[in-house]
Amino acid sequence: MIRTDEEIQALEEKAKDIRVTIIEMLVAAGSGHTAGPLGMADIFTTLYFDVLKHDPKNPTWDERDRVVLSNGHIVPVQYAALAHAGYFPIEECLTLRKFGSRLQGHPERLKLPGLETTSGPLGSGLSQASGMAYAFRMDGKKNHVYCMMSDGEQQEGNIWEAVLFAGKNRLSNITAIMDRNNIQINGDTEDVMPLEPLADKYRAFNWHVLEMNGHDIPAIISAIEEAKTIVEKPVLIIAHTIPGKGVPEIEGDYRWHGAPPGKGPTDKVPADKQKEVFLNDIRTMGGKIPNEYA
Amino acid sequence: MLNPNAKLSPDVFDTAIDSKPTRDGFGHGVVEAGKADESVVVLCADLKESTRADWFEKEFPKRYIEVGVAEQNMATLAAGFAAAGKVPFIASYAAFSPGRNYEQIRTTIALNEQKVIVCGMHAGVSVGPDGATHQMLEDIGLMRMLPNMAVIVPSDAEEARKAVVAAAKASHPTYIRFGRSGVPTYTTPETPFEIGKALTLWESTKPTVALLATGSMAHNALVAARALDADGIGSIVLSVPSVKPLDNEAVVAAAKKCGKVITIEEHQVAGGFGSAIAECLSESFPVPVKRLGIQDEFGQSGEPNELIEHYGLSASYIAHVAREF
Repeated sequence: MIRTDEEIQALEEKAKDIRVTIIEMLVAAGSGHTAGPLGMADIFTTLYFDVLKHDPKNPTWDERDRVVLSNGHIVPVQYAALAHAGYFPIEECLTLRKFGSRLQGHPERLKLPGLETTSGPLGSGLSQASGMAYAFRMDGKKNHVYCMMSDGEQQEGNIWEAVLFAGKNRLSNITAIMDRNNIQINGDTEDVMPLEPLADKYRAFNWHVLEMNGHDIPAIISAIEEAKTIVEKPVLIIAHTIPGKGVPEIEGDYRWHGAPPGKGPTDKVPADKQKEVFLNDIRTMGGKIPNEYA
Repeated sequence: MLNPNAKLSPDVFDTAIDSKPTRDGFGHGVVEAGKADESVVVLCADLKESTRADWFEKEFPKRYIEVGVAEQNMATLAAGFAAAGKVPFIASYAAFSPGRNYEQIRTTIALNEQKVIVCGMHAGVSVGPDGATHQMLEDIGLMRMLPNMAVIVPSDAEEARKAVVAAAKASHPTYIRFGRSGVPTYTTPETPFEIGKALTLWESTKPTVALLATGSMAHNALVAARALDADGIGSIVLSVPSVKPLDNEAVVAAAKKCGKVITIEEHQVAGGFGSAIAECLSESFPVPVKRLGIQDEFGQSGEPNELIEHYGLSASYIAHVAREF
């Protein structure tokens, strides 16, 4: 389905709102991850405001698509997307990581409507997505399962057990989207424990692999739509993203993996100016997000 | 004397009593559960024959899911199946599940409250010749620490069948522990079983020692009680398949009647069943407690009976400890 320029522009504006919420909630929390959530904002926006079959007013709707967040630490982007989509009040985002909050530091399914799994320990999302996909197929159900993964967690053995299983069982009702931002806590993925050639590895395990620019909303829509046309194989979309996208001062800097604005590296922006500078960066990004990935 | 309400087999003290491994109870029970509820599925990690998962596969080939040698995947897949409305049983050896996949069970099943039934086979030293790597002795401790998780250690194949059927109907995730070697089938279909309930097998008129046993140690305790009775020592034998939730009332009642308690388990004494009983009694009715089990060491190769004897779990050793206590 073709989207109009206005529809694309509205999604880009929504992604900006979601980035702003991410910054605000992380500052309020005083801890949490900045790089990953900002880097995945365009993809989560596209999911919750375009491609996903879901109903914020009926989070347990039987026919909904399932979004399994495997790398639970980027959950601020999912919380922000769920709130903006209407699952819960946007103000509640400011309770992130606080005592008594439904927005736990890592997502807990039973705490908050809209979450499908409990995650944080890496490497277990693709298996859960595979279990769901297999069960839906057994029952002749059409629900599509989206598994959001990081690149760093590809170092977990559990992931490859799931890759084998989904490949063997031709679980074409799974679309896994990998946040290929090239960073992990201890540095660049290719220094810490090289992952490449990722696409070839998945193909060797009987997966269909697509690649996309994770900041180009029309490209995201078209990759996800293409993925759904693939039969007899699960699909991996490698989303090339920039960690910290939207804040040039932190883009691509692995030191921002686990730091919130106000407590991150100060060589470019002093701590007390980080919130203000980051929010200003995001608000002045302009509607169209530049296309870095060719 | 034997508790008539336990409706035990008339052959209970016959050395020629029918003997079956508790894993057979899994095989029968899961087929029964599968017939009663079509959402029951079984996942197995390349051990379908020895876990008896193949009995389910023969009945319901489309509901049997082979995962290969991948226990971490098995646990997390099962969480996904449960999320999509299935009632998954996962079957492997306890050394690998929950031994290897403990974090996956903790996060995606227990914390996530997905009703998955984790079936750990080949637990205890009675695995025999395979040796220490395969003789899981820490699983009761690991699993009873998890919130939301029930822990059941059936004492024979018949009780195992009932435990499997009950777990399929329960509202929570459950760990069930099974053994490899044959043990006397001393209970009957009429013997009561309920998650959270202990069962008095034996009660003398003037009991002075309570033998609290879990799993197949219950029958050994019963044989010990009869030997003690012949020596004029009265006892109570409480079979406690439900380690969690624990039947605190029955445990305290036995302690009150006897004044001292011996616990018996085929598991490390640290953290397992004996610890659970000691925790309960020290808070509610402190009495002297002796814990029989594996004393902070690993198992080894040998024949099951030899190993049960070596690690101080035989009926005669239990009786000996009771006499000296």
